[in-house]
Amino acid sequence: MSFLPQLAFLIILGVAGYILSKRIKFLKRNILLGKAETRNDQTDARWKTMLLVAFGQQKMFKRFIPAFLHLLIYVGFVVINLEVLEFILDGILGTHRLFAPVLGSAYTVAMNIFEFLAVAVLFSCVVFLIRRNVTQVERLQKPELKGWPALDANLILVIEIVLMVAILTMNATDQILAQRGDEHYIALGPLFFSSLIQPLFEGFSNGTLVFIERFAWWFHIAGILAFAIYVTYSKHLHIFLAFPNTWYTNLKPKGEMINMPEVTNEVNMMLGIPSENVSELPAEIARFGAKDVNDLSWINILNAYSCTECGRCSAECPANLTGKKLSPRKIMMDVRDRAEEVGKSLDAGGPGLEDGKSLLGDYITKEELNACTSCNACVEACPVNIDPLAIILEMRRYVAMEESGTPAQWNAMFQNMETSFSPWKFSPQDRFNWADSVKNEEVK
Amino acid sequence: MSTYKVPTMAEMAANGQEPEVLFWVGCAGSFDDRYKAVTQAFVKILNKVGVSFAVLGPEEACTGDPARRAGNEFLFQMQAVANIQVLNGYNIKKVVTACPHCFNTIKNEYPALGGEYEVIHHSQFLQQLINAGKVALKGGGEFKGKKITFHDSCFLGRANNVYEAPREVIKALDVELVEMKRCRTKGLCCGAGGGQMFKEPEPGKKDINIERTEEALATGASTIAVGCPFCLTMMSDGVKNKEQEEKVKVYDLAEMIAKDMGI
Repeated sequence: MSFLPQLAFLIILGVAGYILSKRIKFLKRNILLGKAETRNDQTDARWKTMLLVAFGQQKMFKRFIPAFLHLLIYVGFVVINLEVLEFILDGILGTHRLFAPVLGSAYTVAMNIFEFLAVAVLFSCVVFLIRRNVTQVERLQKPELKGWPALDANLILVIEIVLMVAILTMNATDQILAQRGDEHYIALGPLFFSSLIQPLFEGFSNGTLVFIERFAWWFHIAGILAFAIYVTYSKHLHIFLAFPNTWYTNLKPKGEMINMPEVTNEVNMMLGIPSENVSELPAEIARFGAKDVNDLSWINILNAYSCTECGRCSAECPANLTGKKLSPRKIMMDVRDRAEEVGKSLDAGGPGLEDGKSLLGDYITKEELNACTSCNACVEACPVNIDPLAIILEMRRYVAMEESGTPAQWNAMFQNMETSFSPWKFSPQDRFNWADSVKNEEVK
Repeated sequence: MSTYKVPTMAEMAANGQEPEVLFWVGCAGSFDDRYKAVTQAFVKILNKVGVSFAVLGPEEACTGDPARRAGNEFLFQMQAVANIQVLNGYNIKKVVTACPHCFNTIKNEYPALGGEYEVIHHSQFLQQLINAGKVALKGGGEFKGKKITFHDSCFLGRANNVYEAPREVIKALDVELVEMKRCRTKGLCCGAGGGQMFKEPEPGKKDINIERTEEALATGASTIAVGCPFCLTMMSDGVKNKEQEEKVKVYDLAEMIAKDMGI
């Protein structure tokens, strides 16, 4: 009979692992719906960026209060997961607090650190719930968050609170049982935070306490595994994807737009210039610019899956904060949602990309694209170096070159440039007229 | 009587000369009535300092930036490739421009099309001249002791990480430089980038240049300094909209330096 809990644990672990691996494959396939792009240069700079921006949370600290609270949750997540290692070993081996005898008094110190972080995480999550639902921080109330995104955000915070309560409850009851001399429980040194809630449990019999302690243990470990699966359906994916996402940061100057060699080839032919790099061109040019997710680079889609919808981009976007429809956060959410839709359709044997829908039109409108000033405020603001601008500009390329659908005033600007080599309608012969007066002015 | 000289590359090449630096004027600098004054001020500074420079004159054409940002890659590349042929034909090595959009495009986007040059913005060029002691600032000019705020151009700042050069130029005028709340990496766009200069904004609550002008006026500065032709237009329009044009002036950095030099 005693091996039953171990068997149950292994089954839970196996099922969770299986579901997770399926989910990871699904996400990977969706990201790779995007076009191939190689961005493996400057590896030193890439590791450094990842270390500073993702691991070191550098860009979070542009807004101190949320950055500090987020840091507590982040450190809590990383450090408390060390305890999960013990949970898993205990579960498999049928032991209890496997490391306690090995580590001795250091174990008590570690438990106190975990408890402190659990309380810190709990505190931060409560403040974050208040910011979202009571004080209603502006960037957390935008239209694109209505429905699932708002629920998702609240669920994550509530789940984290419940998991932290489980840890504290487990430690509190565990130590009461140890003090009462139950042989299965190991008396540790004083645990500061869980001892504060011990009075809640002292009136219970040993049997009830064992039940509560075991329930909290199973709840915590099963909860973490379930949460890991939940994360793959959630904006919370940023906890993993922030790392590769920052590694693949665009390290070029932000103002540089990526060149389209297929266009260079045609331009050179028109101007009678021999092309040097014809062999580098893809055999078939699918489309100019991006109409759907498969026209984007896989890095654009990785960006979308790394977005945790914090909205710092939209809070800095000049178009968004003057009431235009464009919201860089929504652009990222739309790319992700479209990739999810296509992925789900493919898994169900459906038409995938050929479902009659597309990113442009069904998710993102031209009005949104046209409102962008390409100022890079969104790119600068993103704590994990997501680049919404690259997507906007690729989609504008599709609108201009495949649909000829740019606004009339832009078409007039194009015409001026074609005929008089200036965006304004001036005669090219007058280009140098500005110098006439200076050339006649005496040097002072 | 000696007058200011504005040599063209064609003239220089005909005399077998090569200038140190090409001054890329840009379309706004050539055609926009307000920005022509900036071009003229910069040319006067170059004359005064004795920099060996030339312009392309009628051979210059739009870099293609607004077309590219509006999605028309063909038109951009047609412009770019033609410009690169001219520049390479004259064996140009170094380019200075007063337009951050031209600066960004020539510096970052022309190399992929075969145009590799050392490109600097006029704020950087002015800073170098000041640091080298080549610009004799009087320091007692109309800006002395005045409150001045600098509006970061997106294509100079975030796009290319040039934040300090324009500020150093302003500080050299012995003024009180006051910052807006959103400055440097957090600077707010004037609303004209990405092709917006050439069309009406999308429907919204407010125009971006008004939002930015309000922020600039809130500093109490008597001059809003800019380093970009589009920003100059947008901020000037904003100041007019707020009926502050009598009290608050919008100037480009080159104009401020030229004024201080008394030219």
